[in-house]
Amino acid sequence: MTLLDVAGLTIRTGGRDLVSGVSFSVEPGGRLGLIGESGSGKSLTALAVLGLLPPGMTASGAVVLDAPGAGRTDVLGAGERRLNRVRGRAVSAVFQEPLTALDPLMRVGRQVAEPLRRRRGLRGRALRAAVLAALEEVRLADPERVARAYPHEISGGQRQRVAIAMALACDPALLVADEPTTALDVTVQADVLALLDGLVAGRGMALLFISHDLAVVARVTERVVVLRDGRAVESGSVGEVVRAPRHPYTQDLVASARHLDRALDWRTP
Amino acid sequence: MTAPLIGEAEAAAPPARRRVPRSVTLLTGCVLAGLVVAVAVVSLFWLPYAPDDTSGDRLMPPGLPHLLGTDKLGRDLLTQLMIGARVALEAGAGSVLIGGVAGLAGGLVAGFATRWMDDALSAFLDILIAFPTVLLAMLVTAARDASLGSAIIAIGLAMSAIVARLARVLVKRVLAQDYITASRTSGTSWPRIVVTHVLPNIWPTLSVNLALQFGLAVLAEASLSYLGLGTPPPNASWGRMLQEAQASVFIAPAGVIAPGVLLVVLVVGVNLIADGVRDVADPTRRRTR
Ligand SMILES: Nc1ncnc2c1ncn2[C@@H]1O[C@H](COP(=O)(O)OP(=O)(O)O)[C@@H](O)[C@H]1O
Ligand SMILES: [Mg+2]
Repeated sequence: MTLLDVAGLTIRTGGRDLVSGVSFSVEPGGRLGLIGESGSGKSLTALAVLGLLPPGMTASGAVVLDAPGAGRTDVLGAGERRLNRVRGRAVSAVFQEPLTALDPLMRVGRQVAEPLRRRRGLRGRALRAAVLAALEEVRLADPERVARAYPHEISGGQRQRVAIAMALACDPALLVADEPTTALDVTVQADVLALLDGLVAGRGMALLFISHDLAVVARVTERVVVLRDGRAVESGSVGEVVRAPRHPYTQDLVASARHLDRALDWRTP
Repeated sequence: MTAPLIGEAEAAAPPARRRVPRSVTLLTGCVLAGLVVAVAVVSLFWLPYAPDDTSGDRLMPPGLPHLLGTDKLGRDLLTQLMIGARVALEAGAGSVLIGGVAGLAGGLVAGFATRWMDDALSAFLDILIAFPTVLLAMLVTAARDASLGSAIIAIGLAMSAIVARLARVLVKRVLAQDYITASRTSGTSWPRIVVTHVLPNIWPTLSVNLALQFGLAVLAEASLSYLGLGTPPPNASWGRMLQEAQASVFIAPAGVIAPGVLLVVLVVGVNLIADGVRDVADPTRRRTR
């Protein structure tokens, strides 16, 4: 059984193809990396998987989500009601910018409570306990204080942890992480990456991990798809792609990653 | 309809450790606007003279028995001022209610519209805004009667287009935020997103604009009354008092000063309240206090 099957995904706006014929699939509990430079169509692909393409864009091809308990959903053809049942449970997401991912006017605790209340039907004390547990699970020190804080009162790394807690609140079968560490300080990056890695493994969740950074993708995923100008130019296991890149673009990516590694004398595990 | 949102957001939040800091702005605004409200409330129960009592001498200076003097017809100025307070508040509140509700509704629809629908709605709003309020007031007056109610409807309709255009931009800006996408990612329905994210986030800016519109509505009612399209005599509006008294401003300055001062007090008071409420509603501003 395949959890997510993307076949020939093409995203078009104003007569221009932003993504052309991209195909990949993710098994339950599997991990796939989507890598490519800025503007290569990674985020649009992620949004298509969530059925959240911006208005004015049309998608063709197929995006099928088949999560246990949520049924088989043709994301591109489904209506908003159907998608709202799938989102959160079958698939959820963490985005790049932790600053803007939280509502500035709402206390953090209330934002984390929202999906828990709606999906798990929790109220009152049980809801409050679940919020604190969710914040603890993403290893936020002093969850009580964080729950009471407004987003601008906590750091970028803390905000991203909160965003992860919200994405995991409904126990999705698949987590889409679109450059979740790109906007963070390097030291915080490693922590958040390790946290994400651990949580996904612990829950047996599948992961679609998006990054422009080969080293980061190599750390958390098993397989990668390399995107360039909206096309998948190469795909395979991380080992294969790093050891023997076939497409010139991938060779560049690997070479520059190795170059950086050597320059820093810093080896990826 | 929209005002309780701030209250709701505050009430539903986890218990606060520190209380909302007292806002000096808010307090000052309440005192100023409260003064006018108090005068209006008193006018409902007691007036020094009947509104149409012209038994006084013309253009009397402040003193006794006419505390603020009389106008050129011998009517008591204090009496007119007190009635004017009620008329001003009704004009402001009524117009803002109509303009706010209709404008917010229109702005939400336009804010969610995309492509040609969005273009069409924007053009429609621009045309409405360009439509002169006086012409609108004449149409409403022709359809109903020359009254405060007609003036309020006309001012409210004109205001709704302005409010809708602002709300449309604010809604679009909020909808483009990542937290909306994040919220949709966890399966939140649109109505729920509007209530929990869109309205609270557009409200700080919108409320300040509505306060500004309140002041403009009071002034607009004054102009319409002057043209015979608003409150009919003997009920006074401050604007008509101002315009009637301007010819005799050097002989009887009280006729201009009294309504002028109260007009400023009301408009400034309402604007301060809006500023203060925004400070309380917006946590990022609250901290800098
Ligand atoms: N809302 C939009 N309207 C038009 N073009 C867009 C929009 N969003 C993204 N694009 C274009 O689509 C391409 C892919 O964007 P994106 O998926 O965000 O790239 P990535 O995430 O890989 O950096 C880019 O060329 C970008 O300019
Ligand atoms: Mg991107």
